[in-house]
Amino acid sequence: MSFAAARLADGRLHLQHGPIDLIIKAFGAGAEVEAAYRQAIERFADMLPTLVRELAILRRPVGEAYPLFQGPVARRMAAAVWPYRGVYITPMAAVAGAVADEMLQALVKGRALDKAYVNDGGDIALHLAPGHELRAGIFVESLDGVVRLSYEQPVRGIATSGWRGRSFSLGIADAVTALAGNAAAADAAATMIANAVNIEHPAIERRPARDLDPDSDLGELRVTTGVGALPASAVARALNSGAIEARRLRLMGLIEGAALTLNSAWRIESTGTVLGRAEGI
Amino acid sequence: MSEELALSQAERDAGIVRCDACPVLCRIRPGRAGACDRYANEAGRLVRVDPLVLLAKPDLARVAFVEGSDSWRGELGKGEAAFVTGIGATTTYPDYKPAPFIVSSKHEGIDMVTVVTEGIFSYCGVKVKIDTDRYLGPEQATVRAGGEAVGHVTTTEYGSQMLSLGGVHHLTGGSKREGVATCESLLALCNREAVELVIDDGATVVVQADKPPVVNGVLEERMRVGCGSAAIGMFAPQWKDHVDEVIVVDDHITGVLSEHQGGRFLDMKPAGIRVRGRKSTPGRYFQVARPGLGWGGTNISDPLQIIEKIDPKQAWPGLRLLMVSTTGEHSAWFELDNELKPHPVAMPAPVRHVVERIAENCEPALCTVLFMAGAGGSLRAGVTENPVRLTRSVREALTKVTLGGIPAYVWPGGGITLMVDVAKMPEKSFGYVPTPALVAPIEFTLRADDYATLGGYASRAVTLDDVLARTRVRVDEASQ
Repeated sequence: MSFAAARLADGRLHLQHGPIDLIIKAFGAGAEVEAAYRQAIERFADMLPTLVRELAILRRPVGEAYPLFQGPVARRMAAAVWPYRGVYITPMAAVAGAVADEMLQALVKGRALDKAYVNDGGDIALHLAPGHELRAGIFVESLDGVVRLSYEQPVRGIATSGWRGRSFSLGIADAVTALAGNAAAADAAATMIANAVNIEHPAIERRPARDLDPDSDLGELRVTTGVGALPASAVARALNSGAIEARRLRLMGLIEGAALTLNSAWRIESTGTVLGRAEGI
Repeated sequence: MSEELALSQAERDAGIVRCDACPVLCRIRPGRAGACDRYANEAGRLVRVDPLVLLAKPDLARVAFVEGSDSWRGELGKGEAAFVTGIGATTTYPDYKPAPFIVSSKHEGIDMVTVVTEGIFSYCGVKVKIDTDRYLGPEQATVRAGGEAVGHVTTTEYGSQMLSLGGVHHLTGGSKREGVATCESLLALCNREAVELVIDDGATVVVQADKPPVVNGVLEERMRVGCGSAAIGMFAPQWKDHVDEVIVVDDHITGVLSEHQGGRFLDMKPAGIRVRGRKSTPGRYFQVARPGLGWGGTNISDPLQIIEKIDPKQAWPGLRLLMVSTTGEHSAWFELDNELKPHPVAMPAPVRHVVERIAENCEPALCTVLFMAGAGGSLRAGVTENPVRLTRSVREALTKVTLGGIPAYVWPGGGITLMVDVAKMPEKSFGYVPTPALVAPIEFTLRADDYATLGGYASRAVTLDDVLARTRVRVDEASQ
């Protein structure tokens, strides 16, 4: 079965192949936009097959030797997770963001666009021309946060991670949204910060990842499968632990900012210009 | 199957299936989905999670009630090979474009059209009927799921307690958490999953469509045969030769055989055993105890507690007394000693036989879940350019409304407010959007000429064969 490409009613491009599900939008002159979409569709055709060829190695944890890959998406994944090699991480932590980055590059290459985005299931790669900006919303329970991104800011990737999402998490965050220079970096960072939003508490259910998905790159690691009622003090401790990790990553230059939420409580790690709660904007 | 795709014996034993829908080739454990969330392992079978659902011929028996009914001019795909349901049809909100599938078909020479879509219902909820006499909580009490208010207790019906869950005030009128908890509960109930509900100042009850309720951890197996008085009437002749008195303990009306018309008719001698509560008519007593989870929906665990006194002028030593609940679940046999005190003794076989007959005559207790929603507003715009004509057409019974192929009851009065039994609908018919609101399949079937008259998108109609050729479908053949 090959991939599916469709135009949504509002003109956005929808590409889907297996687990890759992309919503793409380019802004600009009509002919440029159409040409961009054609480039994206063309690039998409061999994306999943190429990725799958190296899947077995991509599922292995990164060690002290830099992992070498042939595929361009796999290389993006390796680069994104390399800074985290001190803890357990596999390149799969950045797969969605890396696909978004690769597709964005194909979309904008040689085209004159005002702006564009590739949204891979919530992990988003952005393109902005001078004088243009994009707004992105963070939906947890409703529109909970807003990110306003302009050409001048260094953010070109947004990613969200949490145990309720499609990928497993070692932590208990409802959602961690990270902003970074590209989507793969944001994806890896969101994963790591979401893992850090964590405490030990009897109301938290965890199971070995392999019991849920025999193919999971997390193997025997225990992933969160349920979070019961937590006292406010436990929520605060878990969020503080995540916020410390978010600050560490920002000071290291790995992210521009992050928003963490658990049980309707929030922590924002940011330089104060980019990211804010919805009611504040 | 190639070497690469083969599963090990251990994997097969664990019920794992291999998905070959894309090159990732996920191994999927039972009850889980693959990496794409589109394919899942359902009891060892690889299934598409969100396909269009076709009801194949055996299922059409479900709508056979239209036969012989003159009021339906818009008969539903009867005699056709399949009926396309709205499940997996997808939709947009608001509906700014024609419904995803407008399917034409011929039935007995008449051109028919079925407009197939999925509705996003902000105004929706479920009416739950729980067959039990146990006291679940006071009328109007709040019903909670995960600590959030999701509905309330309404009336007590014959042998059942009704709950009303959901509705727009819980979905979007309260806090975000309340809305999310309500949406999750409704979605689970409509998809026939079990949901634990906690009633303020009442019981904890696990509700699942078409399954017995579990009240405070105890599985409710039977509905009561009738009230205590009705039970007396039904079984009096069978007891007559074996007992001197029977008291059927019931929270609604407790029956006392020798005082009851049923006993008088059989010339039974007054036994002088007075029960508590408020006398209604002879042998029928209200409020012998408080409502609860004990005998016959009362809070009684020792039945002798409802006996106020034993009249020495009428009672006699050796008097044989049966006490039994309205389901036969509780029963005890007593004899009065020389001081006219009741003592429990072994129940004789003929009496035991009648107690068992009470149980035998009880119907199995079930929870029934009716989805109720209003198909107003823009949903109709996906069907016709002139929405009010659709409402009128439904009203005039020219257009038949089904949900997942199951005929809906449409309320009289304005709008298209409908109810349908979720247990009859195909599996996993419902979805949700984060609004929060439920997504349910809905189909409008009518004659093609009527469809054109009401401003329908007749030119968009495609044949069933086209749908089958272009769309991945799940054929639902589950029999009733």
